Amino acid sequence: MSEAPELRNPRAIAALIREIRGVSETIGRKITLMEVCGTHTHAVAAAGLRQMLPPGVRLISGPGCPVCVTPVDYLDRALALAALDTTTVCTFGDLMRVPSSRSSLERAHAEGQPIEIVYSPRDALQVARDNPDRRVVFLAVGFETTAPTIAAALAEAEADKAENFLILPGNKVMPPPMRALVEDQELKVDGFLLPGHVSVLTGWECFRFLAEDYSVPGAVVGFAPADVMRGVANLLHQVEKGNAEIANLYSRVVSPHGNQVAAKIVERFFEPVATNWRGFGEIPGSGLGLRPEFAHRDASLIEVELPPPHEPVGCACGDVLRGVIDPPECALFGTACQPATPVGACMVSSEGTCAAWYRHERLTGTTT
Amino acid sequence: MRKTTPDRLLLGHGSGGRLTHELVTGTFLPALDNPILASLSDAAILPELPPGRPALTTDGFVVDPPIFAGGDLGYLSVCGTVNDLAVAGARPLWLTWALILEEGADGALISTCVEGTARAAAEAGIQIVAGDTKVVPRGKGDRIYAVTAGLGVVPPGRDTSDTRIQDGDVVIASGPLGDHGATIMASRHGLGTGDLKSCCAPLNGLIESVFEAGIDIHSMHDPTRGGVLTVCNEVAERSGRRIILTETAIPVRPQVRAVCEVLGLEILGLACEGRVLAWVPRDQAERALAAFRQHPDGRDAAIFARVEGTIGGEIPVVMETEVGSTRPLDMLSGSDLPRIC
Repeated sequence: MSEAPELRNPRAIAALIREIRGVSETIGRKITLMEVCGTHTHAVAAAGLRQMLPPGVRLISGPGCPVCVTPVDYLDRALALAALDTTTVCTFGDLMRVPSSRSSLERAHAEGQPIEIVYSPRDALQVARDNPDRRVVFLAVGFETTAPTIAAALAEAEADKAENFLILPGNKVMPPPMRALVEDQELKVDGFLLPGHVSVLTGWECFRFLAEDYSVPGAVVGFAPADVMRGVANLLHQVEKGNAEIANLYSRVVSPHGNQVAAKIVERFFEPVATNWRGFGEIPGSGLGLRPEFAHRDASLIEVELPPPHEPVGCACGDVLRGVIDPPECALFGTACQPATPVGACMVSSEGTCAAWYRHERLTGTTT
Repeated sequence: MRKTTPDRLLLGHGSGGRLTHELVTGTFLPALDNPILASLSDAAILPELPPGRPALTTDGFVVDPPIFAGGDLGYLSVCGTVNDLAVAGARPLWLTWALILEEGADGALISTCVEGTARAAAEAGIQIVAGDTKVVPRGKGDRIYAVTAGLGVVPPGRDTSDTRIQDGDVVIASGPLGDHGATIMASRHGLGTGDLKSCCAPLNGLIESVFEAGIDIHSMHDPTRGGVLTVCNEVAERSGRRIILTETAIPVRPQVRAVCEVLGLEILGLACEGRVLAWVPRDQAERALAAFRQHPDGRDAAIFARVEGTIGGEIPVVMETEVGSTRPLDMLSGSDLPRIC
């Protein structure tokens, strides 16, 4: 479980910082690098890595937190389902505090709605087995990393004929928004730190288009401080030399093509669909919808009455998710919007860019 | 006294009639026996207090699961109450103990918790002198809750209020942090705990031994709910002084680190139930550390933080990380929810 100590060794980190400083000076202009994984956001903030980078390197966070990119209408639908007779909604914990148009799962739970926190989709299936007279809907969110376990729970439900187990499909895949990001005129990303966990599942080859179609380099990295810093150094070297390739610096667990077993089970149940991302809008092929033959498990087909989607006024989550601004540039950051009273989704999960900044980086932020 | 515990709790066990009487005399008294409790009078009449200032505390216990590696709700309820008194500088003397049970609760669970209570009372050298039992209908509670009050005395001349904290004080943790919280979270999420167990223990023996060694403890706290994050932020606020943690010096077991990585939890936000954080003057730091380590409950004590400067406009609590950066440490907001991936 624990990482090799050399990945957290201050001397190794110091050497990488010197290397980064050197290349940054040689490049002579400000370089923007983006990580697109919530666990990276958290790891960077928890180790205080951003403050160790030279001024010529800007490390920003992209749409890597599954809670943060889940649009408000998904939560509205989840709440509407929980309000139906004989329906229980099961969710990962960190969706609980995300504001919907009018409420949140946490508030609805306090008001007595049947909403249960589960740690895995299989726990939700167990809730369905324990309550055969209720319809149990699991809120299926997350990226490539959660999709296989959700598919596995569906496979188990199919095998067991647990007809009362449904999901509300909301899973997303990473490459399409990254294409949107490199095509974004407002944002200039010089390189990507690629998501380590996602890449374990997908393999790193699915990110080749960044280098081949857009000449933007990428580095797949792990989550220890030295992993991240090695990735930063690698990307800077690539920029300096005018290279653009996908470097796999996390080869202790990431292969070119990923986990084929997981890919197969996901493919059995899901197909690519257009889906909404908070901050991006609809991106073609970026979501995982249930295949028509599993419509009986698709809670998005249940008719419910939805309020008109209402995004919080003044919240700049969208710009934060696209890396256009850093959290302290949002007028609500640290004042109206704090982890205990989040206005936007990015302040909810500890992986959320705003929450990570608030908890770990205010020393260097502008609000202190 | 014959020891008998019902298989399952009935509403009648809380009625005040025959079943209640049987529960008290068959289950509680045999385990918790002492002359004051055995009188079964409406109020416990206590001997005169030793010299000093009386200290009074109360606490409620609703832990899920009620039986965990290293303890149970009963054991925890005594430890938690005793420790609240002990970190306030008091010598704990007497506790009251009330149970709120759910109809249908398993008799074996109640027995385990009563035995845990008796064991903790014996270890801490205190007496349970009054009690009460209520039974709520099935579904209106979660098996077993306990509510306590604790009475102790702060000996003359002893003062451990946060206002005594000085610039330059060091902060000692009496042992590895987060064991209790990690054990509970791991069992709640079906991770299995392996050799990890709760640190739950009465701390009054350890704390007295440090006072006896002549250490002038400026302040003490037990990092229960909210963990080190809450204690340090509250202390900084009350004392007006900054607290700086050194990440590499924080005692944490590798198993606790692993649970936090898997569940996405903040180590310093985990509850401890058998650890004390003590603020001591810098010139007594080594002697204080030695005094802690001399006691079996403090053998892994470590200095992990220092007090430096006043808050002013600065972040009150920060940590110097192992990689050489500095980051703020805030209290947790709401409950620490496991992350998605």
